[in-house]
Amino acid sequence: MSLTTPTTPRPRRRRDLSWLIDNERALGPLLVAPVVLLLAGLVAYPFAVAIGYALSDRTLADPGVFVGLDNFVDLFDNQIYRQTLRNTFIFTAGSVTMRLVFGVGLALLLNENFRFRRFIRSAVLLPWIVPTVLGTMAWLWMFNPNFSVLNWILVHSGLMKEGLEWLTDPNLALFSVTLVNAWRGTPFMAITVLAGLQSIPHDLYDASAIDGAGKVQRFRYVTLPLVMPVLLTALVLSIIWTFSDFGIVYGLTKGGPMNATHVLATLSYQQGLASGNIGEGAAISLTMLPVLLVLIIWQLRRIRRSTVI
Amino acid sequence: MTLQPGEIRSANPRAERWLYFYAPMGFALFFLVGPFYWMLITALKPDSELYDGTKSPLYVATPSLDHFRYLFEHTEFVTWTKNTMMVATLSTAIALALGVPAGYALARLRFRGADFIGTAIFVTYLVPTSLLFIPMVEVMAQIGLDDSIWSLVVVYPTFLVPFVTWLMSGYFRTIPTELEDCARIDGLTRLGAMWKIAIPLARPGILSAGIFAFTLSWNEFIYALTLVTASSERTIPVGVIVQLTRADFYFWGPLMAGALLGSVPVAIVYSFFVDQYASGLTAGAVKG
Repeated sequence: MSLTTPTTPRPRRRRDLSWLIDNERALGPLLVAPVVLLLAGLVAYPFAVAIGYALSDRTLADPGVFVGLDNFVDLFDNQIYRQTLRNTFIFTAGSVTMRLVFGVGLALLLNENFRFRRFIRSAVLLPWIVPTVLGTMAWLWMFNPNFSVLNWILVHSGLMKEGLEWLTDPNLALFSVTLVNAWRGTPFMAITVLAGLQSIPHDLYDASAIDGAGKVQRFRYVTLPLVMPVLLTALVLSIIWTFSDFGIVYGLTKGGPMNATHVLATLSYQQGLASGNIGEGAAISLTMLPVLLVLIIWQLRRIRRSTVI
Repeated sequence: MTLQPGEIRSANPRAERWLYFYAPMGFALFFLVGPFYWMLITALKPDSELYDGTKSPLYVATPSLDHFRYLFEHTEFVTWTKNTMMVATLSTAIALALGVPAGYALARLRFRGADFIGTAIFVTYLVPTSLLFIPMVEVMAQIGLDDSIWSLVVVYPTFLVPFVTWLMSGYFRTIPTELEDCARIDGLTRLGAMWKIAIPLARPGILSAGIFAFTLSWNEFIYALTLVTASSERTIPVGVIVQLTRADFYFWGPLMAGALLGSVPVAIVYSFFVDQYASGLTAGAVKG
């Protein structure tokens, strides 16, 4: 290792540059500058461009003119937009609730001792690690009206007389896309909570057992408080990612039937790029901002607190 | 888990184990892994069996590689794979080259604006790609990369770099500073101490950051869909979906074969690094 090589003090020939590489007030900015430039040019600048678009009536064919808040006013009068907003909240709340229940449950299971533990732990991660839209294609095929394996199982096991219209019945379709989103996100929740569980020192359980705490009390007073910081972070990230998700709805329904499954990301794609109403599309995606801001600020404050302590 | 005093008295431990462990675990596996089994057997079924309602959908009677052959002979799957490899490798390299030194600076060096910059980078990590894809089309046109696969190499670092910086600054904080202090007394510069001492020590962290960055770019969809339209310039996720689902007609066999092959590389990478994955996530998550 480089530690064992003797380092003799070099004569400082590069006197002109040494202040730059040896002074933390100079080196710090130098090392973060490329990142700042990249994010300024390709995050902050596009964001400003998006705001400009949202305040204009730009289309693919026409650069458009400034129209103020017209796009936003029109959106809130628009039945499809209002339904999309509603869908997005149902989609997010439903998926995150399922992720939480399945994810924490799975983490508790994976924390037990059992055979093939390593193998099973890798296997349940699959939905999270494979490309989202490719995994979604398996579900699209499982929801197929004619060849749905889910319907085949439901009918052949005698649970139902006829199969379900997973993606063609408007109400069921919103449930189906939500379920697939939860399928994809559950492993993330589980593996994060599992890591939190495994960092809990075992003597805490021993001590609480000596004090007479039962299984439920140990979970309530030892496990839960210690896992909570990790759980909340995983929760915030899950909410942000679900709220802004594009791939699952695009892969399964493209927003249909009759806009029943449109979420903000897919509607902004359809209006902004597919139909070419760039101003309207940009406005739709920017309406995600209030919710995102609240979550981001909340997360920032939590992190501040934890690093101070 | 070791038995706790209260648990020894359970009337029927075996039945309890089934009820509280094997049944829920079975359900979890069915839900989470089942779709991949279904993907696999569909990819292996010849069309004659696939679309025959009288055959059981649960297993393959006469496996065949027809769908894989179709994928290689009648689509540009090989090109998509090369494209995905190239984009993922280059954007990961960029992300590490920028993110590791920046993570080091934020963890170790005191300079004006460090707090603000650290916060700003963390905020961009939380900004979803679906917020920026519409203006990004125009920004890429402005720098002459419209409809080019190189636009992805330039754009992916925008979400990879904040992630790598965040992860690495958390990792550097866990390495004791004494070694760098000694090296500096021995005559290394600040930069030298980072390059020769801290970065070699951070190799496990850099490895996991690189793996996550690679898979994030491998899996990316919305930019790959909107910034690139020529079929020969597509990545696997977009190529498979756009070419194999035309209007209302789906090539189910080749679609599942493509989905499977597109998933295998990341699945293999992760199965080796699942432990680093979990610890990396929580190191970042807890310490920020």
